[in-house]
Amino acid sequence: MSNVVLRKVTIAYESDVVVSDLDLNIASGEWLALIGPNGAGKTTILRAISRLVAYEGTIEIGGVAVAGMGGRELARRVAMVMQEPHMPEGMSVSQYVLLGRSPHLTYFGKEGRADQRVVADILERLSLDRLAARPLDHLSGGERQRAAIARALAQQAPILLVDEPTSSLDVGRQQEVLELIDELRAEQGLTVIAAMHELTLAGQYADRLALLVGGELVAVGAPAEVLTESAIASHYHAHVHVLSMNGSGRAVVPVRSRPQPASAEEPS
Amino acid sequence: MSSLGRRLSRPVGAAPAALLQGLPRLPWLWALAGVVALLFAAVLGVLVGPVHISLGAVVRTLLAPIPWFGTAGSVDPGQASILWSLRIPRVVLGAIVGGMLATAGAAYQGVFRNPLADPYLLGAAAGANLGATLAIAFAPGSSLIGVNVVPLAGFVGAALAVAGAYALGRTVTGLRNTTGLILAGVAIAAFFNAIQTYIQQSQTNSIRQVYSWILGRLVTAGWDGVLLVLPYVVISVFVILLHRRLLDALSVGDEEVTSLGISARRVRLIVVVAATLGTAAVVAIAGTIAFVGIIIPHTVRLLVGRSYRVVIPLSLLFGASFLVLADTAARTVAAPAELPIGVITAFVGAPFFIVVMRSTRAAAL
Repeated sequence: MSNVVLRKVTIAYESDVVVSDLDLNIASGEWLALIGPNGAGKTTILRAISRLVAYEGTIEIGGVAVAGMGGRELARRVAMVMQEPHMPEGMSVSQYVLLGRSPHLTYFGKEGRADQRVVADILERLSLDRLAARPLDHLSGGERQRAAIARALAQQAPILLVDEPTSSLDVGRQQEVLELIDELRAEQGLTVIAAMHELTLAGQYADRLALLVGGELVAVGAPAEVLTESAIASHYHAHVHVLSMNGSGRAVVPVRSRPQPASAEEPS
Repeated sequence: MSSLGRRLSRPVGAAPAALLQGLPRLPWLWALAGVVALLFAAVLGVLVGPVHISLGAVVRTLLAPIPWFGTAGSVDPGQASILWSLRIPRVVLGAIVGGMLATAGAAYQGVFRNPLADPYLLGAAAGANLGATLAIAFAPGSSLIGVNVVPLAGFVGAALAVAGAYALGRTVTGLRNTTGLILAGVAIAAFFNAIQTYIQQSQTNSIRQVYSWILGRLVTAGWDGVLLVLPYVVISVFVILLHRRLLDALSVGDEEVTSLGISARRVRLIVVVAATLGTAAVVAIAGTIAFVGIIIPHTVRLLVGRSYRVVIPLSLLFGASFLVLADTAARTVAAPAELPIGVITAFVGAPFFIVVMRSTRAAAL
């Protein structure tokens, strides 16, 4: 079981409450996107699930409290792709991805043939096999993102946390990365929890959206229920049109609050 | 079953060559070069000295204790005494000290993710200097349980300084990051240096001895010195070698390594304790020899790459060779006088440091 349950979760940095009293259930195999304006607490929730920040309340994975798990046990259940993963200069792609096998090794353990085999298959699946020997600092933005996902997949954890997977990628790379995550989810039955600021992409790829504002959950449900013009106007203070994409989710299109002058629309 | 799942359930075979190309492996040619360099340095160190001893005599003397070589009868007792009592233990001690300092330097650079970290980063040198200065100034010639009190005080001073820095860093920042620990080391070192300078200036009759100790020397140490440091160095190097994979893992940062199920704090604590144990032992016997812990790991990195799986073992070999050569230079450059070995390592190390800084700036580290 790889469902995730958060009950009455409150997270504070010193006296600053960032997330308060959050209740959330994520089903096994589901893709839940955490959306919300800047400072809503999206990343903080991911960090709490992977126990990188202290929290009050309960977080359970498959019915087992995260707080009681050992570090390696948790890393075998949850893999996280950071928004800006640190990629050590000079380290090769294969060495970086092999780090993902750490939860399966003892403290002084060394990766064996089986671990190398797992990494080789992931590199092949993510079309990184030709780049295996390449230093991380020689990769493009999209390749770096794929390497970070590959390292997380090498953990073979059933839950994948992804923090802003498309930030700093062009539209083609955004699509490529999200399609990849979706394919992997289907292939391996992964539960995906992603913090996403691109509402259109969140609405197209996620099964459900959780809208957070100032650390509080204000709406959760299918994209059509959460992505409404009134909700976005109210919580993002943005003027948008929400378009139905005929079976491909929702598209959120920002429009100018004030109409452009006629001369700008119809150049003579 | 998913396609990736099907692939993962295949029988375990050899990983593709493309993958293995990207994995760090100890380059055997460089390892061999390290062994050859160490042998060359050792032979040179044993041959060079005020009394000329030929290579043949050295070989005969070395083989004399082994009965079936039959060389015992052809060995000059005077030369044998010089070799076994003076030159060989000095070469062995040089190799141990150099190997230890280079290994500890690489380990510190790994746990602090700072290419300019050295084994003295957390105040080991300042602590050892203070301990030794106190012993030289107030208990000259004393011994405790049969051991000269100066190295003992140096060892205790180094260990106390690092323990103090760790405790201070833990109190102030909770060891959430390495910066707090480094700053604690700077504060402890400054405090210990201030006390050491005060004692040194107020006890002028021992100032020459203190300076000689601080600049480092292998001259007064014999087999006793070797036997004194060897257990600590063996344990220290063994523990650091076991952490090579984890030092590589730490390079992705504390948060990411934690998400991989590795406790960065635990790795840092164990490696710092191990590296400090070895550093304190060699500093106690040889003084605070500078730059070895920086220049050797950096040279290795420039030559063979940055993985600690490679950097640590090669630093051990090349650090040992370097210090044996530096010691040979220290006793021949101004013969019949001897230069402190720290002068030689600093003379080579300072320009090297500038080169490293320029190259790291170029690489936008």
